[in-house]
Amino acid sequence: MTSLPVLEVCELVAGYEPGAPVVRGVSVSARRGEIVALLGPNGAGKSTLLKAVAGLVPVESGEVRLEGVDVTRLVAHRMVLAGLAFVPQTDNVFATLSVHDNLELGVAGLPTKVRRARIEQAYALFGDLARQRRLLGGRLSGGQRQMLAIARALLVQPKVLLLDEPSAGLSPKMVGDTFRKLSEVRATGTAIVLVEQNTRAALAIADRAYVLVGGRNRHAGSAAELAADSSIAQLYLGLGPQRMTAREGL
Amino acid sequence: MSLQFFADGVIAGAMIALGASGVTLTYSILRFANFAQGEFVSWGGYFALSLAGWIGSLAASAIEPLEPLSVGWSVLLALLVAMPLTGLLAWLLDVALFARLRRRGAAIALVMASFGASMALRALLEVVYSTRPAYFSRELQIAVPVGHGIRVTPDQIALLVTTAVLVAGLHLMLAYTRTGRSMRAVSESPELARVIGIDVARIIRITWFVGGGLACAAGVLLGLVVQLRPAMGFDLLLPMFAAAILGGIGSVPGALAGGLIIGIAEALAVQFVGAEWRAGVAFAVLVLVLLIRPTGLAGRMAG
Amino acid sequence: MTDFAGVLSYVSFFMVFALINGIAVLGLNLQWGQTGLFNVGVAAFVAIGAYTSALLTTPAVAGHFGGYELPIVAGWAGAMLVAGGVSALVGFATLRLRSDYLAITTFGVAVTVGLITQNAERLTGGSFGMSFIPRPFADLAQRPLAFALASVALVGIVVALVYLALERLVQSPWGRVLRAIREDERAAASLGKNPARYRLQAFAIGGAVMGLSGAVHAHVIGFIAPENYQSSLTFQVWTMLIVGGAGSNRGALAGAVLVWALWSMTGFATGVAFPADEQARAAALRIVAIGVLLAAVIVLRPRGLFGAASGPAAHAPKAAVPTVSGETEG
Repeated sequence: MTSLPVLEVCELVAGYEPGAPVVRGVSVSARRGEIVALLGPNGAGKSTLLKAVAGLVPVESGEVRLEGVDVTRLVAHRMVLAGLAFVPQTDNVFATLSVHDNLELGVAGLPTKVRRARIEQAYALFGDLARQRRLLGGRLSGGQRQMLAIARALLVQPKVLLLDEPSAGLSPKMVGDTFRKLSEVRATGTAIVLVEQNTRAALAIADRAYVLVGGRNRHAGSAAELAADSSIAQLYLGLGPQRMTAREGL
Repeated sequence: MSLQFFADGVIAGAMIALGASGVTLTYSILRFANFAQGEFVSWGGYFALSLAGWIGSLAASAIEPLEPLSVGWSVLLALLVAMPLTGLLAWLLDVALFARLRRRGAAIALVMASFGASMALRALLEVVYSTRPAYFSRELQIAVPVGHGIRVTPDQIALLVTTAVLVAGLHLMLAYTRTGRSMRAVSESPELARVIGIDVARIIRITWFVGGGLACAAGVLLGLVVQLRPAMGFDLLLPMFAAAILGGIGSVPGALAGGLIIGIAEALAVQFVGAEWRAGVAFAVLVLVLLIRPTGLAGRMAG
Repeated sequence: MTDFAGVLSYVSFFMVFALINGIAVLGLNLQWGQTGLFNVGVAAFVAIGAYTSALLTTPAVAGHFGGYELPIVAGWAGAMLVAGGVSALVGFATLRLRSDYLAITTFGVAVTVGLITQNAERLTGGSFGMSFIPRPFADLAQRPLAFALASVALVGIVVALVYLALERLVQSPWGRVLRAIREDERAAASLGKNPARYRLQAFAIGGAVMGLSGAVHAHVIGFIAPENYQSSLTFQVWTMLIVGGAGSNRGALAGAVLVWALWSMTGFATGVAFPADEQARAAALRIVAIGVLLAAVIVLRPRGLFGAASGPAAHAPKAAVPTVSGETEG
């Protein structure tokens, strides 16, 4: 187990429109078997950062390295092959394909035996999905869809798993289930980076966290440190009495 | 009233269905109404004609009709070669024209460009082959009675079998192969497809090849049982689109059903109103579908 | 002296037909350039105008409808009314559809109108078409130059009137609302303007103008037949608009003259270069050239000659297969 980061993002500048970056020079890293949370107010560029790392948003400058290899400009579908899986916040499963087909797409390109084995593993890990394998993705509940999206992302045994607000739209129980699953995934050695609005839940399972404000790094540290620092907690993380500010009160 | 019209309708409907399955595929994945799809039908037929002629000149035995069909190996082989050739034409048109416009973003420009391309392609066909009808074979076929006052020729039966095989094959490919699944994924969401590792550019390439190939088959079969004309694909355009929309864009079984319905409706119209009004049926069906249920029979509009 | 008269005659007739096309392009500009409606059935509305005017102004023929022998002006007015009316009907049913469905449907309208012109003999004369359509200045037929000049003057006046009317319309409050709807439909709707109604009006007026183009053409030539109104006409008008610059009435007319010039020049060239029995193929070659021109303009200079940089294409919905990070598709 190496302590060198699996994922290194250095001074990344990225945005949808050239010349109007949303991410303005952010650096984060994640190590094997580590859960890193990206926190901060709305509009801080957290989701955009994930998408830029995943190759979905154009990068203006900076670097993304996966196990030391520069993958900054790699197109999205090659990122998956390189070992980086991304789970978007919404529309993250194919509604018109069955659960099984969604999973099959996740392991496409691998030899049949390997595919079958991995899909069976996924069904073992995610029992609900096994029961619903013929169901169309659109018929699943929000929580089950989340599970399917994560299960599919894991099929390629990625080195890094990126999740954009995995708790969004889920009941507290489902959030707990999802995050428990993520802990299990961590145990397999996958590095996990998640963007979260549900700061409490995120800090509960994360090892480290970054706070991003206005597209830049503001704070970083272990999850425990950040949770304990009340000023950060109040100002940026929506914890404590100043929970609802005009910007965050959505 | 003999049921011959019904058989004629099924034959015509099969060709429309074949063309429509190409349309439904490309429309749902590329997301624009490609007016040039009709020209792939015509070009496909003429590719096969020229190839068959060339093969025939190399090996005289290839021209000998394979009883009971009216054509020999030369045409069958030509069909197999013309299909990927037409696919190549479709893909090259994409590279030269549509891909550039896709990058730029305005969806309407694609349709407009496809309209221009269709005019140019049809005119080019007229330049090369002239507007005179052409035929794969001069063999006359005897229609065989098959009951209920219906007579069909062996060529027509071959057409039905070929259509069934191709449409079924397409459907199975989409349902059970990795490429087919990827195509369905891209037709629902190219973005998500990219996220999970699908090479969308490759899928688009394959879509053009398959769409072009299916159009080519429709053109060859049309040329076989009727005749080859440069405008034949253009004349099939409205029925193909109407059938694909009726069946539900993205659904191959829908395209099959839509094609058969329109074919039979056309045959009915010929019975009651006269053959010259045939082309209006597709329009009537189209308007009805768009007014009543724009998503079509299969109900799902991919995007 | 006679040479000069001959050239002048030729140029006059060149302008007559260029401008007649220009009228149709002005109509299309209102539909597409100003309102963003994609009409692939232009030829249908031109045909409707032509046949309506013919029916109203020709002498009665046994076994056929029409033949009211009305004055030419009445014919033209009727042409605009009917073409506009049919446009309104088509628009009412289809304008709420997504634009490529509108394209397919208007294409279907063109096919259907073509069927009617070809087959409804009692109405349209079928493939024989309609003849003896009264020509303005018919009494000048003996003096070709005078006839040519008078014709171009008349058509020129019509074009000028249409141009001015459409420009006024575009600058008017109505035109401003139309622009607002094109830019941001929801904002316009929130101001109490019903976008659907404005679009329908634009579509109908555009269709009426196309009908006028057909009517003027019918009376200049004196006879019409279904083959005048094929998809190649639609295609020609579209090319004129795109080359000239969609969104600009000036561009519409410039495009008409330019493309008509290209068409005439290529016609001259193929007439000389190809033997008589190859003329049909040569004509097809010209269409290939125009098709390539249209595609090239769309790709390389979508705003055409006089169109605004942020033309209608910029407001159209984005193609749904986006690329990011410099990926190429296909």
